[in-house]
Amino acid sequence: MEDGYRDLQLVLRGSSRSVKSKEISSKVWKIIGLIVVYALLAFAALIVIFPFYWMIITSLKSGEEINRLVPTFFPEVIRWSNYSDAMAKLDFGTLLRNTLIVGIFSTLGTLITSILAAFAFSKLNFKGRDMMFSIFLGTMMIPGEMMVISNYISVSRLGLTSSGLTGIYIANIIPFMVSVFYIYLLRQNFKQIPDALYLAAKVDGKGDWTFLWKVMVPLAAPTLITILILKLMGAWNSYVWPNLVAQNQKEYYMMTNGLRNSFNVASDIDQYGVQMAATVVVTVPLLLVFIFFRKYIMKGVGRAGIKG
Amino acid sequence: MESKNNWKAWLYLAPVIILLAVFTFFPIINTFYVSFLKNYDYMRGTSDGFTFDNYLLVLTPVLKSGPGTMFEEVMMTALPNTMLITIITVPLSIIISLLIAIGLNSIKALKKVFQTIFFLPYVTNAIAVGMVFSVIFDANTGIFNAIFNTPLHTWIAPAFGVQGSTVNYWSALFALSFYIIWHSLPYKILIFLGGLQNIDKQYYEAAQIDAAPKWKTTLKVTVPLLSPQILYTLITSFIGAFKEYNSVIGLFGSEGGKFDKTTGPSSMKTMVYFIYEQIGKNQVQYACAAAVFLFLIIMVFTVIQFRVSKKRVHY
Repeated sequence: MEDGYRDLQLVLRGSSRSVKSKEISSKVWKIIGLIVVYALLAFAALIVIFPFYWMIITSLKSGEEINRLVPTFFPEVIRWSNYSDAMAKLDFGTLLRNTLIVGIFSTLGTLITSILAAFAFSKLNFKGRDMMFSIFLGTMMIPGEMMVISNYISVSRLGLTSSGLTGIYIANIIPFMVSVFYIYLLRQNFKQIPDALYLAAKVDGKGDWTFLWKVMVPLAAPTLITILILKLMGAWNSYVWPNLVAQNQKEYYMMTNGLRNSFNVASDIDQYGVQMAATVVVTVPLLLVFIFFRKYIMKGVGRAGIKG
Repeated sequence: MESKNNWKAWLYLAPVIILLAVFTFFPIINTFYVSFLKNYDYMRGTSDGFTFDNYLLVLTPVLKSGPGTMFEEVMMTALPNTMLITIITVPLSIIISLLIAIGLNSIKALKKVFQTIFFLPYVTNAIAVGMVFSVIFDANTGIFNAIFNTPLHTWIAPAFGVQGSTVNYWSALFALSFYIIWHSLPYKILIFLGGLQNIDKQYYEAAQIDAAPKWKTTLKVTVPLLSPQILYTLITSFIGAFKEYNSVIGLFGSEGGKFDKTTGPSSMKTMVYFIYEQIGKNQVQYACAAAVFLFLIIMVFTVIQFRVSKKRVHY
């Protein structure tokens, strides 16, 4: 077959070059193409990485060095004190405590509600199941701002924004204990678990409840870990809602609004080092989580793009 | 079995349904409702009856005109800002991420390393990295001015110690768009790479037999076969761009920037920015009217995109 294909090439009229020279030139072009691709990718990667690099080295510079007209690409004198200043300015302990409490409880809540709903949608037959699921998915199309305003009215009128730290925690946790996207993600996973397993458990006299927690949940562990990580990162990164309910009271801040509000005034340039140290402190935990759980995160994020 | 499962299923769904009813379904209806209330007091829940004035005040100069009115803030500042951000960042970020994804898909060595690097912006905090970009774009000491030899050019804030704003609106828009695109690449690259890996190798073998040049194969085979992913990212990034807020806060601070008025809008406040600003001012009814307006714009554009794409997307 291969030979016949080559012979066919030879017969081509009007071609002044032999098959061999054509093969060599196509190989050369392939290598040139590959070099260009690598060069462009490296250039793009450089642009992607640069802000991280700049954040880290600026966080270690003194105000005098930052202030120079010709920026240095590596700090001449490393100033670690920027970090202690940043921690103090952020009131890092408070931010971490608030973020962890809110993050852990809203994540646990989301996991429980998602597991229950995904089980109902994937293994139970009931009237209106498909319509209900479509309605759920439909809510993802509606911009969150439509809900945020009314939810803010609700939590304010319930007095949650004016009854101390507990109220703020509740206001930050309860509305975020449900997520249609994660229900969708988990339902897809549950559906892959064969119905035969479910029916066999029924024959053995196991109820739905035991089957769900003893069989389904362990089998779906990777998806649950994905949800756990993405949800915790979401709490760490959330800005709008925590900032609304905190109403400018420092002790109610979470990580991200705490960071922004600590460096809001056009402060003098000496502060850039401290400011960048603070952003490093907020960013590095996220990067560490990403490095350790890369697979889970990319799988969960990528899932959204697959149609159907 | 069916009837037996009915009540049980609803029991499993109960927590989700209750939470969604309270925090999703009710708020949607309530936002529409409040947008038609006059002088709404959200703490007491009282109002002076129904009115269209909220919409007229926010969207038209009929009731009040001139500088400082809400019409100016929304139709002359927030809406143009939002539209420009969308028009600039959506196509550019899709094209760049498509090119990077195609590049990544054609290499073997270092693929994983590049993939990890390109995903980094996704896991970072929009506010934190926005603050880093504001340092990079600083007029006096920023590395951007140093590299591109544009000393003391003001991108997002006036140079230190300069009286009054000297920031050209378009410079600020450039810096913001640069940052938004930088931050939005990873998600799209991931989606496109997923799509590319699912393309049947047969198509490329066929193209090779026809001796089609590589760029032509990319244009005539890869892009059409990726059209579902392109449509998906188009719609999601369009909605995302229309709701841009965190990037503005990260880059310009919570005042939204202050620009030279002769060059364009005087701040980078977006539609969502306006909405949250009104909540802060206890003017919830205006926030609701603006949110409904934003919702309608997004819906209309999404429907148009679906309609147009019906003829062009290959499933």
